[in-house]
Parts: sequence; structure tokens; C-alpha cells
Amino acid sequence: MRLMARLAAALAGLALIAGASDPAERLSDPAQEARARELFQEVRCLVCQNESIDDSEAPLAKDLRVLIREQIRQGRTDQEILDYLKSRYGEFVLLTPAFSWANAALWGGPLLIVGVGAALLVLRRRREGAAEAALSAEDEAALADLSQPPDQ
Amino acid sequence: MAREWGAGQLWPDRLRAVINEFGQFALWLALALSLGQTVFGLVGRLRRDPALSGAAEGAALAGFLAIATAFAALIHAFVVSDFSVLNVAANSHTAKPLLYKVAGAWGSHEGSMLLWCLMLTGYGAAIVIGGRALPWRLRASTVTVQGALGLLFIAYMVLASNPLARLETPPVEGRSLNPLLQDPALAFHPPFLYAGYVGLSVVFSMSLAALAEGKADAAWARWVRPWTLAAWSLLTVGIMLGSFWAYYELGWGGWWFWDPVENASFMPWLAATALLHSAIVTEKRGALTGWTVFLALLAFTLSMLGAFLVRSGVLTSVHAFAVDPTRGVLLLSILGLTAGTAFAIFAWRAPLLKDDGVFAPVSRESALIVNNIILAASVASVLLGTLYPLIREAMGGETLSVGPPYFNTTFGGLMTLALLVLPAGPLLAWKRGDAAGAIRKLWIAAVIAVASGVLVFAVTSPKKALASAVFALGVWLITGAITEVAERIQAFRAPGAEVRRRLTGLPRGAWGMTLAHIGLGVFVLGAAVESAWKLEASEVLTAGGRTALGGYEVRLASVAPVAGPNYEAERGQVVVTRAGRTVCEGGPERRFYPVGGQTTSEVAICLKGLDDVYLVLGERRAGPNGQAAWLVRAYYNPLARLIFLGPLIMALGGLVSLSDRRLRFAATRGSAKGAAVADPESGTAPA
Repeated sequence: MRLMARLAAALAGLALIAGASDPAERLSDPAQEARARELFQEVRCLVCQNESIDDSEAPLAKDLRVLIREQIRQGRTDQEILDYLKSRYGEFVLLTPAFSWANAALWGGPLLIVGVGAALLVLRRRREGAAEAALSAEDEAALADLSQPPDQ
Repeated sequence: MAREWGAGQLWPDRLRAVINEFGQFALWLALALSLGQTVFGLVGRLRRDPALSGAAEGAALAGFLAIATAFAALIHAFVVSDFSVLNVAANSHTAKPLLYKVAGAWGSHEGSMLLWCLMLTGYGAAIVIGGRALPWRLRASTVTVQGALGLLFIAYMVLASNPLARLETPPVEGRSLNPLLQDPALAFHPPFLYAGYVGLSVVFSMSLAALAEGKADAAWARWVRPWTLAAWSLLTVGIMLGSFWAYYELGWGGWWFWDPVENASFMPWLAATALLHSAIVTEKRGALTGWTVFLALLAFTLSMLGAFLVRSGVLTSVHAFAVDPTRGVLLLSILGLTAGTAFAIFAWRAPLLKDDGVFAPVSRESALIVNNIILAASVASVLLGTLYPLIREAMGGETLSVGPPYFNTTFGGLMTLALLVLPAGPLLAWKRGDAAGAIRKLWIAAVIAVASGVLVFAVTSPKKALASAVFALGVWLITGAITEVAERIQAFRAPGAEVRRRLTGLPRGAWGMTLAHIGLGVFVLGAAVESAWKLEASEVLTAGGRTALGGYEVRLASVAPVAGPNYEAERGQVVVTRAGRTVCEGGPERRFYPVGGQTTSEVAICLKGLDDVYLVLGERRAGPNGQAAWLVRAYYNPLARLIFLGPLIMALGGLVSLSDRRLRFAATRGSAKGAAVADPESGTAPA
């Protein structure tokens, strides 16, 4: 099933191995390299189907990795780099959707369900509390029947 | 068609053609039978005519046989490489190994639709055969709804996506199946997945039937549970196989990508999980009836949505929709029609359902409701994350990406909450539970969990607090499940004989639940450790070259050419040692498939206990002195086995539960026959 998503990559005859670990691209400072790898997982390979540039072998992903590594070497912060990528490629390049009003339904939807579920649970409690207190007409009749003396 | 009977041919051409045309005829027959099933079923139920309903059941059985015949014809065409069938010509090749020729039958869109219909009619036949104990009216309505589903999907297949369509002039050779798909795990992945997806059609049909009859009670929930359990177990195995395939076939050890296609199979699984739990409340306490019916409708709707998302290509690429818009629109119409009708009927009839369980805020019921709220929210998180880019784009907004970070935050957060409270649920009594008592019983489990989390944090490097906490959560699920069993059998408190008596007396359902919860814990342990502490090495090595992987040394001993049945490959001999001792020897390959011109990498995996040593041979590059060298990657994936073992334990738990006497069809059959004497209206067919 998942294969369909990867099909394009396969058909292009790509090696299909994590692109970012290529020794030819690596930064000499291990701490900076580790930061770069973390950051790659936040950036979408623009020409791929749902792959981060950390996974992708596509040439464009490689270009982006080189660009990000270069900026890390120049001492830019993660946020600066992500902002730069966003200004250049748009929101599409970031794998984490922004916390914005346009994305309110996306981020808030699951929370809303938890809220509504909890509210329904509480409401149900209230209703049941009331129902438990009062006997139904049937129960009243049954009770009256039971309390009749047997010899009558 | 006028080729001579070649010496190497298994069957003469003419016989092949007859088999194909017979299969084609069987498809049309199945379409007619599903129409008959729907119409006879509906009229039979409305007129309360057992003869007509019997005819509908006969049509259900015959429809399954017809689809099975067509399916056999398609497999035959693949096995004998009959390229006069378009589907075979596009997806098969004479040089392909037999297993993949057979698996090719469901590797394409058309073939997978036939598999879907095979499952749909197969479950329809199973309702007829296994559902004899159902009250007559409920069974008649269920068979009718199942027939209507069959009618829609078979009509789509026959008219818009015919798997046995033939070519005027067959090519001499086929275009072959994508080599990435030529893999044992992937050969069995679709049948399991579809058996799970379509298994949910039974509870869908039973729910619509219950709404039509205006009654969904404890007995109904008891009939729903085994079908849900079976579908859920199959779906669990199917998803696990797909994930395992991605793990070793894509070549970098990733096993879950939050890809829309993965999400498509995950959503019905989550809904089915919620359904399993809410059906228990309905069965034991007669509460949550409407919600259980709703979940049953939702679960199959999400299955259909999954099939639609994957098969229309609307999500993997927005442009794939335009490649074959008819199919996408048709599948969307089927989805809209089915789900729209179902939920409209739900809105209309659900108020008729009785819901009369009363329970305290702290009780098993409440715990299961909390489970359901969280699972519903996590379905919403996966659904929103998958569809939101489309929604934003449709509303004219900027295209955006919803990637793994979103799912890890929302889904991960929700699941953490669910897993924290999970062990307490089974320890609470129905109606009114004792929170303080549950905490008292669980404190040892909690101490062990926290201690193991702290221990993991202390001994690992780099230090990862979050992963250590998730590890503790996994231990918590396991120790919590064990505590629950210990409580049930009064271990350490009652005398030995009493404990043994209680242990052997535990119902299979209880064991199933324990296994499923332990399996979930096992999965969480694997996922936490593998994601946080995997090691990676990647170097360009000449023959004899070495590189370090944590405390291990990876040496590329040699590289030699290998010829496969339908590919050529370079195979590297890679040796992994630790302090001079060999721990793993593997032969990763880089394969070239000349038919499609594709290159794939075949990883080599060594098991080290529950850890994997994962080796990949990459492209050939020039070494430092211009000699031949290869890009070699090696990964050490700690506890990676648990990621796949966990879901298997969960599925096993489902099967154990399914074997519980109380859920077996034969057991219910006997009791229902007894009931039929007392109540002819709700028992078997009215005389």
C-alpha cells in the first residue's frame, strides 16, 4: 500500500537510501552535523512525496542539505534557517505546520474532540444523577404492587 | 491469439482464453447475484418472507463462489503469463518468480479491487454460514446491506476497473511488477490488510441492520465483537507487515513515516480499536449503544476512505487524480453514497436505540469511555493531518505540509495520556470502581516502570529524557497487565491450589486482553529505544576498508557480481566485529532489474537478540586513489524486533479472545435455538 507513495522514487531508479548520511556532504564538527540532521527532519523534500530531506536522495534535497549545512557552519540558529527556507519556498517546505489561525482546525480539532467528549461525559453524569433519584412510573407501579398486602 | 502451441507453454492458448472469458462471465454473474441479494433481501425483510430472504442468502453464497472463480482465473492468467490480459501485461513478466506472479494478481489497482470484492463477498458468505444464530430479522437486514455494498463495489470493478479486460494484440512480454514490490512481506501485506478493512464491512452491515430494526442490545454487541476482533487482528498484522516491508526494503530502517497511505490504514485500525472497547461496554452493561453503532459505521467508512485515498492517488500526488479522474470520482461517489446514507440513517434511527447503563464517574465504563474519547481524538488527529493540506488548498489557501512532527506532537500526546490511564481500567469494577484500590494495586507496577525509565536514562548515551519516559510507559503497560492477572488469580495471597484453580479458570477473553496490552507495551519499548538510540555509520569503502559503528567495526570484505532470476546484482560481503569477535556477517545487495530499468538495494539484517544490525550496500564511487569503492551504510537498531513483535502479540491477543467460548458462533447457536422456541419472532425464520 505504502509502495504507491514511494513508487515515483523507485521508478526514477534512485538508490533509496537515506540521503543525508552521505559522507561526502558531512560537516566536520560532529555537534553541528547532529544539529543539521535534526533540522533535516523538519524540512520537506519539495519534489518528493512526503519525504524529509533527511531521507531523500533527490538532487534538490541534496541542494537543500548543502544549503542548510552551510548556514549552520556560518553560525545561524535553527529558527533563522527555517525562517529563511520559509521565505524562499513558502510554508510547504516546513513539515511542522505553523501555529496560525489558518491552521486552527488542524491543531485544535483533536483537542476539541477531547473537550466535547469530556463535556458529554459530565452531562451524562448529571442526567443520570437526576434519573437515579426519581423512579420511573413503571417502577412506582411495581413498588406499589409489592407493598400491597398479600391477602387483599 | 493465433500463436502456435509452444513447447514451453503450460496451457494451449485457446484454453487460456476460455478460462479468461469464464472468469469475465463469473464477474458479471457476481454483479447480477449481488443485485439479487440486495433486492430479494430487502423485499424479503419488508414482507417478512423467509423464502425471499433465503434466496438472498443463496445469492450471497453463490456471489462469493463467482468472485472466487474470477479471482482464480486472474491468478491463473498471472501464473501462465497470459499477456492477452491487460492487467497481466502491465504488471507481470515471464522471468518473475512464481510467488510474485501470484502476488501480482493483487499488486495492481484492478487486481486489488477484485481482492476487495473477494473479501466483501467472502464475509457476506461468512455471515450467512456463521450467522445462523442471529435473530432472523437482524440477519435478513445484515445480508441485505452486505449485498448493497457488494453491488456498489462489484459494479465499480466490472464497469470501470475490470481486472480481466483483454488486449486485442497481446505483447510478447509483460512490463513486470515494480521490483520493490517483489518481496515476501509485501506479497502477503495486501491480503491481510484487505481482510481487515473489509472485515469491518460486517459490523457496518450489522449496525445498519440494527438501526433498521431499531434495536441494538447486549446480544447484538456480542455478535458484533467477534467480527470486530477478527478484522482488527488481521488489520494489525497487515499494517505490521507493511511497516516491516518499509523497514528492510526502503533501505534506511525507517518503519513509520506518517505517510498518507500509512495513515489510510491506521485510521480504520484506531476506529476498530475504539469499537472493540465500546462494544464491551454495550455487551456487558447495555450502555454506549448509539456510540458503538456509530463507531462501527465509522470504522468501515474509514476503511473505504483508505482504499479511496490510496487507489485514487488523490493524496500521494494531487495530480494523480487527473490521470484517471473517472475512477477517483467513482470511488469518491461510492464512499459518499455509502457513508452519507449510513450516517443519515444513524441520525434518523439512533434515538430509537436503548441506552440504559448507569455508572459512577470512577468505573470500568468511565475508563473505557476515556479510552474511546482519546482514540476518537487520535483518529481526528490522523484524519486532519492527512486531509488538511487538501482542505487548505481547496479553500484557496497556501499549500502546506503536515509531516511527522505534527503527528508526533498531537497523536503522541494523546496516546501518552491513554497509555498512562490504561492499566487502571481493567482493575476498576463495573458500575462503581474503587480508584484508591486500583492505585494501591498498581503501585508496584508503577515503581518498576519508573525505576526502569530512570535506569535507561542513566545507562544510555546520549541522554534522552523523553525517550526514557516513553520506555517507562512501555514497562508500565506490561507490569500493569501482569498486575491485573495477578489480582484476578489472587497470586501471593490465596493458597497455591486456589491460585492454580483461578489461573486455569480465567476466560480466554481475559488472556486476550492481557496479551494485547502487553503487546502494546512491547511495541512502545521497541519504538522508544529504536528511535532514540539507533547508531548510524556511512562511509565510502574499498574492498577491505573499515569504519566504526559505535563500539563495533564494520568491514567491507569483498564485492562480487551475482545473477538473480530477473535481476543482476552486486553483493558486498560485510563483516561486523566487536573487540575482534565477529558478531554479524551479511551480504547486502544492490540490484538492477533490466526489465524496468530500476535499481534497488537489498539490505542484510543480522539479529542480535532483539537488536538488528542493518547493512546496506550503496552506489559505486571512486576511492581515494581512484580504485573501486562503495558507499556502505550500517545501522545498529536496538530493540528493533520489538516494534514488529509487539503488534504480533496484539494480534495474537485478538485471536485468543476470539477463541473464547462465549464469542464462538457454535456456542451462541445452541443458546439461540433454545431462545427460538420461546420467541419465534426474534429467533429463526417465522413459520
